[in-house]
Amino acid sequence: MTLSQRLRDIDWIDVWLWIFRILIIVGVVIGIVRKLFFGAGTAYGVDDWLDFFISGLSQGGLYALIALGYTMVYGVLFMINFAHGEFFMSGGMAATYLVASTLAATGFMNEQPIIYLVLVMVFSVLTSMSVSLLTERIAYRPLRRAPRLVPLITAIGASFFWQYIFRGFFGSAVKAFPVPTILEGRVNVLGLDFLKVRLMVIIVSIVALIALYLFVQKTKTGKSIRAVAEDKDVAALMGIDVDRAIATTFAVGAMMAGIAAVLWGLVFKQVIFSMGFVPGIKAFTAAVLGGIGSIPGAALGGFFLGVIEAVGPPLILEGLGAPGAHQLKDVTAFLLLVLVLIFRPQGIIGERLAEKKA
Amino acid sequence: MANILEATNVTKRFGGLVAVNRLSFSIPAGSIVSIIGPNGAGKTTFFNCITGFYQIDDGDIIFDGVSLKGRSPDKITRLGIARTYQNIRLFSQMSAIENILAGMEPRLHSRWFGAVLGLPGTRAEEEKATEEARQLLRFVGLRGKGDSLARNLPYGDQRRLEIARALAGNPKLLLLDEPTAGMNPRETAETTDFIRNLRDEIGITILLIEHDMRVVMGISEDITVLDYGEKIAQGEPAAIQSNPRVIEAYLGRGAAGAAHLMVDTTEAA
Amino acid sequence: MNAIDWRRAIRIGLVLGVAVLIASVIGMVQTFDERDMIEDILTLGQLLLFAPAVYAGYSAAGKSEERRVAAPPLLAGLLAGLLTGVPAVLLVGLAGWWTTIRDYFVNVSPQLIDILTFGRGALQGSLMLLAVMAVLGLIGAAIHLIPARVRRPLVNATLITLIFSLFSDVPLNIANQFLPRDIVRRFFPTKGVTQLAAVIVFALSLAIALWWEFSGRTRRQQRMATITAEQRRRNSLIVLAVSAVLLLVLPSILGTFLTNVMTQVGTFILMALGLNIVVGFAGLLDLGYVAFFAVGAYVTALLTSTGDLGLGINFWIAMPIGVLAAVFFGIFLGIPVLRLRGDYLAIVTLGFGEIIRVLVRSDLLKPIIGGAQGILDVGRPSIGPLTLVTPQHYYYLLLAACLLALFVSWRLRDGRAGRQWMAVREDEDVAEAVGINLVGTKLLAFAIGAGFAGLSGAIFGSRVGSVFPNSFELLISINVLAIIIVGGVGSLPGVILGAFVLVGLPELLREFVEFRLLIYGILLIVMMLVRPEGLWPSAVRRREMHADEESPPSVAELEAPRHEATQPMV
Repeated sequence: MTLSQRLRDIDWIDVWLWIFRILIIVGVVIGIVRKLFFGAGTAYGVDDWLDFFISGLSQGGLYALIALGYTMVYGVLFMINFAHGEFFMSGGMAATYLVASTLAATGFMNEQPIIYLVLVMVFSVLTSMSVSLLTERIAYRPLRRAPRLVPLITAIGASFFWQYIFRGFFGSAVKAFPVPTILEGRVNVLGLDFLKVRLMVIIVSIVALIALYLFVQKTKTGKSIRAVAEDKDVAALMGIDVDRAIATTFAVGAMMAGIAAVLWGLVFKQVIFSMGFVPGIKAFTAAVLGGIGSIPGAALGGFFLGVIEAVGPPLILEGLGAPGAHQLKDVTAFLLLVLVLIFRPQGIIGERLAEKKA
Repeated sequence: MANILEATNVTKRFGGLVAVNRLSFSIPAGSIVSIIGPNGAGKTTFFNCITGFYQIDDGDIIFDGVSLKGRSPDKITRLGIARTYQNIRLFSQMSAIENILAGMEPRLHSRWFGAVLGLPGTRAEEEKATEEARQLLRFVGLRGKGDSLARNLPYGDQRRLEIARALAGNPKLLLLDEPTAGMNPRETAETTDFIRNLRDEIGITILLIEHDMRVVMGISEDITVLDYGEKIAQGEPAAIQSNPRVIEAYLGRGAAGAAHLMVDTTEAA
Repeated sequence: MNAIDWRRAIRIGLVLGVAVLIASVIGMVQTFDERDMIEDILTLGQLLLFAPAVYAGYSAAGKSEERRVAAPPLLAGLLAGLLTGVPAVLLVGLAGWWTTIRDYFVNVSPQLIDILTFGRGALQGSLMLLAVMAVLGLIGAAIHLIPARVRRPLVNATLITLIFSLFSDVPLNIANQFLPRDIVRRFFPTKGVTQLAAVIVFALSLAIALWWEFSGRTRRQQRMATITAEQRRRNSLIVLAVSAVLLLVLPSILGTFLTNVMTQVGTFILMALGLNIVVGFAGLLDLGYVAFFAVGAYVTALLTSTGDLGLGINFWIAMPIGVLAAVFFGIFLGIPVLRLRGDYLAIVTLGFGEIIRVLVRSDLLKPIIGGAQGILDVGRPSIGPLTLVTPQHYYYLLLAACLLALFVSWRLRDGRAGRQWMAVREDEDVAEAVGINLVGTKLLAFAIGAGFAGLSGAIFGSRVGSVFPNSFELLISINVLAIIIVGGVGSLPGVILGAFVLVGLPELLREFVEFRLLIYGILLIVMMLVRPEGLWPSAVRRREMHADEESPPSVAELEAPRHEATQPMV
């Protein structure tokens, strides 16, 4: 073969992608090396790194809870439920304005902190579920057989609709989320120093994830959801009510989002109508990281993303000498999303599926 | 006769499943060759390996002196291989003529700025292409249906349009995946004649996957039989008909009346 | 059929009633109430409150059929109208009993209750509201009883009057150009129209509509039947010439305010034409489209700005560089992402858009592009001795740019590139198998779309005179997407119509600003459910979007391998 022929046979896009990959890897390595061995940027001790890690872990728990909604709906409908972040927001907003602030004002919160949390959470979950079921019924169900981009567009519409409905209900101000005093301060567990809230978030999210996994694997409803995810038509022939299974999927996903919303309130101590967007995108990132459609994948992806996001900027970006590394935290998550989708679309632990369709 | 396509030890796996196993296979230029085999034997998978839809795991496919390994479908098509699909895959929202024009892609060279600026070369190419597309439409018997949407055409017309689209790129090798599936005996006979004419008049080499034994036995010069991804027999139609392994693969071991059935089809053809 | 579906009547009444309730609770009614439509008679808020009752009555009474027993449909209309008022009355009651409700729902204000009760106290006002809604429902139902030939002109004239008073800014500004102030005042108070003007408009439009109904339509049909091809061609040439002249003199008719609105619309038309190529022609959903707009704006601003960060280069040199930068950026981003399938592409482009947004604001790039402070003193283009300053000047610049983009879109659509895009949109695998280079084809769409957006951004920065990060929010991407969806995906006239509806109208209704995105959200959903092909669809899309309704899925769709869906990309 002549040289010109060989040159023509090269896939220049592959070359470009390889350059991209190498640049990223080189950047990451240089950043880490400079940070750890040459002390670039602020100096952190072991405790600081542990702190980053733990806050990343608890943040990751929140992402994991939200990511479940994306992954379950995708598993069943092959649709990215863009409005899922709003399901999360709706629970947090409604619970804060209508329940939490009242209970805090009457002093009930600190008298019965556990009942308080349960009440707030139940209300949040119920709101999220109602919002999600309404959305599914009105904006998605009539479009089951439409071209793929159609439900995605209604999902974008639904996302804006709910954001601005809740803004209209409760106003556009930031609202403080009342945190019971027993959750303030730090606690020492197994020699590790946790912020109490962070520890609680980690525990609650893990328990919720396990419960959800068991629900999907063991119960009859869970099995019907899995059957519908496998093949809607066959499931319908088997006597499964497909619409109901799909609605259940939405409800369960929204339930997790509702729980996450209260935990989010505990950690960040405030809610606002626009709080759903960024966590929504990040949770989607987590779902993709874990291999979308897989429940354990979403959980692992969530924790992974949380940790990367917490540790990445101080470790890599500061190492590279970027000013204001904390501002770029969101970029880390989005960049990770882009990289994963481009280079490993099946996710970190997702199995490799058949190559191509014909 | 030189071989236009030569496959050696082609292997394709999906996870644990070996869909095509060490298949060696060659097509002499200007011939009509068929691949038959029971459902799931790996026929369509092999097609997909040739056209680049699947990357082969092992072995090599040489077309016209060039290895197809690692090439993308569009590049392979540009080398001169065109195909049709088992379940018709036309651009259903495009008109018949647009479908054929899309099939002409390998031969078109105009660039986008030519269209924007209205350059004479671009215009001439488009006009010539449209004219050729109309001829092709007539050739496959769809005269006057150029402006109807592909999805609105009757089934048989869709099959023919798909062949026209495949021919539009002036391929050297045409892969037909069950071209007579779903047709009645009269349409089947017409299609068979049509395929034979293609080779006789235009001189295209044809590789055929077909279930209808009348068609296969009637027009093939060489038949390869696949079962579980492996080649179990190859030869002229008459030899294949009497091959015990083939009969076994189709009807199971010891099936009574197998020979009778094969003879029956031969008579009909 | 004379039977009235009572359950349907009740459901319609209640659903619309809840809609009225929500519109009240989120503050829409109150905000809109500040906008007069017809002086001393009707505000926009009242329209929002009352129109649902009329509609409920109209649709509860069933299909229009003449000569039938009047009582049951009228009763159904009355009931539906009444029910439309019930949730709002419940709100009034709730607000009276639960005095701290405003701590929870910020927009349930005393003013809102005043509007709902006509300022007459809870009990009397509630009864009055119910009575009014019931009567309106009755009127809605009674519309069916009018003979069709009168009904149509009447309904049309009413709608025209309402639209005229809603967009009174347009006639007001035009009138201001030509008429003395005190005469204009007689028809247009500060907001809305006077009763006199409303009566005149109503009478005029009714007269024209009646004429059309009784003689105009038949005359036109006769003319259309006798017209020759030659005449028809001449007619369309005349139309073309008239619209060209109109476009040229428009700024001097419209006045500064409206011309400014037009430049705003033009900016979005330009962007929407670009996104239309990406989404409409090639079927690639790009949610980070604003990034290209930002690149065009920033590059041009940096090159032309006379401030600290800028280079002070001539605009006409800087603009093409800005456009090229956007194109280059489109290709740079496009190469890695274009192998992704549909919805994944949407999310990745969204991610890219967000990365750009964060980066633009960050300290990292602050020394170069000014961070949150943005870039000031962006240079203005000049032609000979004339420097473009006023909206009128920019109107012509944008008009030229839009016509260029329109021309390019049209030529590409009808050429080989358009065919490739359509094929890729229809079936990627087969498109590749007929020899179309997928990445190249998609990249072309991406690059041209980016170029249009870059051009739009370059002109935008110069027109506004400064460039700030908050001009490049995700909302812009969504706005542009909404334009092409509402207008008609893939349809060039649709895109223009969409920009006027979604950008022009809100500029005229500043009261909408707060609810703009809410309305966009509703529009996106409603359009997809009811009219997925858009207001002015391209011929192809109309067929495509309604494909499933017409026939069962084709064999190919049914037999398409299942794993396709579970597999993100190749």
